[in-house]
Amino acid sequence: MRRMNRRAGRMAGLAAVACLVLAGCGGGNIESADAPAGASECDDELNMAINPWVGYEASAHVVGYVARTELGCEVEYKPLKEELAWQGFGSGEVDVVIENWGHADLKKKYIQDQKTGMVVGPTGNTGIIGWYVPPWLAKAHPEVLNWKNLNKFSQEFATSESGGQGQLLDGDPSFVTNDEALVKNLNLDFKVVYAGSEPALIQAFRQAEANKDWMIGYFYEPQWLFEELPLKQVQLPPYKAGCDANAEQVDCEYPTYNLDKIASREYIEAGSPGAKLVENFKWTNADQNVVAGYIAQDGMSPEAAAEKWVKANMDKVQKWLPAE
Amino acid sequence: MSTSTTARPGAAANRRAASDARERSKRLRLAGVVGVLVVWLVGWLVLRGRDTLFLATGESNAFHRWLFEARERFDLMAQTNFFFETVIGGISDGLNWVVETGSETFAEAAFPRPVPEVGWLGVIALAAWVVYALAGTRMAALVTLTLLACGFLGYWADSIDTLIVTLVAVALCVLIGLPMAIMMSRSRRLTTIFTPVLDAMQTTPPLAYLAPLALVFGIGAPAAVMVTLIFALPPLVRIAAHGLRTVSPTSVEAANSMGSTKWQTLRSVQLPMARRTIIVGLNQTTMAALSMVTIAALISGPGLGQPVIQALSTLDVGAASVAGLCIVIIAIMLDRVTTAASEFGEAAARARRNVRRRRLVLAGSAVAVVVAVVLSRLYLQVAAFPTSPNLGAVLADWAAVAQAGFVDAVGGVTLAIKNFISFQLLNPLESMLGDTPWWLMSAVIVALAALLGGVRALLPTVVCIAIILGTGLWHDTMLTLAMTLVATIVVMLLGLAVGVWMGRSRRVDTAIRPILDALQTIPPFVYLVPAVALFNVGRFTAIVAAVAFAAPAAIKIIADGIRGVSATTVEAAESSGSTRLQMIGKVQLPMARGSVVLAANQGLLLVLSMVVIGGMVGGGSLGFLVVTGFSQLEDFGKGLAASIAIVALGVMLDRITKHTAARFGRVDTG
Repeated sequence: MRRMNRRAGRMAGLAAVACLVLAGCGGGNIESADAPAGASECDDELNMAINPWVGYEASAHVVGYVARTELGCEVEYKPLKEELAWQGFGSGEVDVVIENWGHADLKKKYIQDQKTGMVVGPTGNTGIIGWYVPPWLAKAHPEVLNWKNLNKFSQEFATSESGGQGQLLDGDPSFVTNDEALVKNLNLDFKVVYAGSEPALIQAFRQAEANKDWMIGYFYEPQWLFEELPLKQVQLPPYKAGCDANAEQVDCEYPTYNLDKIASREYIEAGSPGAKLVENFKWTNADQNVVAGYIAQDGMSPEAAAEKWVKANMDKVQKWLPAE
Repeated sequence: MSTSTTARPGAAANRRAASDARERSKRLRLAGVVGVLVVWLVGWLVLRGRDTLFLATGESNAFHRWLFEARERFDLMAQTNFFFETVIGGISDGLNWVVETGSETFAEAAFPRPVPEVGWLGVIALAAWVVYALAGTRMAALVTLTLLACGFLGYWADSIDTLIVTLVAVALCVLIGLPMAIMMSRSRRLTTIFTPVLDAMQTTPPLAYLAPLALVFGIGAPAAVMVTLIFALPPLVRIAAHGLRTVSPTSVEAANSMGSTKWQTLRSVQLPMARRTIIVGLNQTTMAALSMVTIAALISGPGLGQPVIQALSTLDVGAASVAGLCIVIIAIMLDRVTTAASEFGEAAARARRNVRRRRLVLAGSAVAVVVAVVLSRLYLQVAAFPTSPNLGAVLADWAAVAQAGFVDAVGGVTLAIKNFISFQLLNPLESMLGDTPWWLMSAVIVALAALLGGVRALLPTVVCIAIILGTGLWHDTMLTLAMTLVATIVVMLLGLAVGVWMGRSRRVDTAIRPILDALQTIPPFVYLVPAVALFNVGRFTAIVAAVAFAAPAAIKIIADGIRGVSATTVEAAESSGSTRLQMIGKVQLPMARGSVVLAANQGLLLVLSMVVIGGMVGGGSLGFLVVTGFSQLEDFGKGLAASIAIVALGVMLDRITKHTAARFGRVDTG
């Protein structure tokens, strides 16, 4: 057997050499990819982190698509959760986080302490975090839309998980939540139950709407689900500056987040056209929801969704391009 | 039964006395267990809610903060330290180069070419040729079909990337694992040192160390290979060491007496004789490596995990199922090919008849492979995988429709089941475990371990309980234990029902086994969404996910055990007029007791390995803490502590069941 193997091995070696020789000489009909017009300008590869929610994906692919087609940058997408993405600024594996929700802890670690990242301005999107109910419930019992009435219905909201109290479903651990403190400080007869992931939370809202079940949960906008299922926000005590300063004494609603763009300091300072594009990029919640809807509802690939939107909105895109 | 008349009444009397003594101590222990349970129940009734060491989800303790700060210091050091820069950096660059070169050669566009260096036709021809040389014609056909299927499902590049990462990781496992196995087979000391390390490698949830690993080795392929390596190495080491240890000592002695050096004996006697076992280990390692594909995608590792994760973010069950299906068929392909390769090698070594013909075929087909490779470099049609027919899109639609229809059809029933089990079984058990004061509860566990598993179970139990208390997550651990126990009960019920059914009928076995294979290899992420649709968010959904993953193994083990019951025993029972139920309950199950116990042990550990996945669908407690620790920098310490608690819980349960089995089930504790 050994001899046979040696023979086979030699054969494979020969085959490999022959391959290379033939391939080297052969000039077939596969040509190298066309270099776009401005290729020489963009010498810096753009490493775009993809944080795992669709709105982010929409922003990232629109910027990436413009960078590739208009500026000729090579763009690489890297699906990563927030913290891992920020971590990549230092090693050069990630250049841009295109949509950031707060994250004071990450800003401290990577912008202040390590100085590997920097804020490059707002995306123009505003983020809202709060408590939401499915549309049928908001219609049938509009009283639940005010927190003061929640205790009256706590038994309706109870499930096998909430130990006799009402269930407040929290979701994606990526988002900071004050809900346990809120429930306590507002004296609500509710228990926070953790769904543990965004898909689980969304599916729970869908089932609640379909089966007309009582449900209240933590959610956020902009989010593609609102196109399919217009969840209604529950009013909490209004936000006043400083009312959330101490995490254990929070008794007010979440502040509105001005979502911002974070990038690797090195990448921005190198000043490539891609970096300029990232600095200039700015759009609205409505814009993002359109692209996110293409992806989540119409099942388009993020790339195709970005292409469709960019082609229809060249006037907006032109403003992001670096001045010649 | 031993009613045979014996010629020596004295010996019989002795034996009877011994068996009486055993019987008595057994009864004594049983009484002890009942006593402990009564104390527990009374203690729970009286002291409920006191000293539960409850820690709210948002709170953390000094140990968690210390872990967090250690991580921060580690992060800083990893960026400036010489060792990390050169040694680890070198490894990371090397791994990156290997995977990237492999990918650009076979899978992804090699810039500036719009396609990889070798197109799909060339890749399939090469793969089929290599497999033909190693495992024969049928396996070559299987590989061809599998690769074509992945292509037409729409995941050509991702599938090849998955294969590349898996093969690189498995090759590293062999390079590192085989020497480890050889050392372990020769030294008891090293075995006792390595075993807990291997335990920890297999039971620590990868989410706990994913972020630091990605920092050190770099996001993407290098960290993906490393995380796969950590998880997939233990089976090879354990099984290969076991194989080497069990090579008959006479053969080794014979070699030694002929003056072979240690190295010669190893090469010419031990390794060849343990070959089959080593291949089994390799097979297990390959499967484990493949199961890390989706986890690796969380750190941007290349392969099929990425479409699964992406589909999940839009709750696109259809697309996730199709990408998951690719993983399943690749797993089945690798499983069959590695198994066939081990048998083929032996068969080829024995039969030398067809050597000449084989050589000719190999040479001839090599030429064909070269032609295919060259063509695939030249022509786009055989370089870029055709996008139509796009079976993936069709299948995704079907899967989505089927899922929705299924949920509509059985949704009400499943919610009723969930409520019943949650209120009647889970809530009381959770209260008994979680609301009993910690000192009473840990005493109860230690006492049970000692009574059931004896002194050898006592020590590990005490150590593990101390570790769990040290993590500050006692209450959460008890909630996780409650879920684990309920899930294991369901796993065993399923294992007994389906396993006996399969064990008694070959036809049933052939029909069910592929389903079990698929359940074991499909990434759990794929069925999270339908599970939530059926059972809503909560602990029961986490239990369902764990059962779906753990039951197949238990079913297979029990089925094998039932089949292993000797045919003569079964015939004897049949001829004495046993009914089918009597046959199962009085003959087959008791004779297969060892397998049932093994199934329980494996079921328990597999259930525990799904705790983190459960945390993503509302399982709460330790699993959720690990998920949060991965998502939120500030919660890293608490997440790591939760992982440590999971490992301790797993090792504790493993040791208790193993030693209990050793005493009552008379099975090999491996």
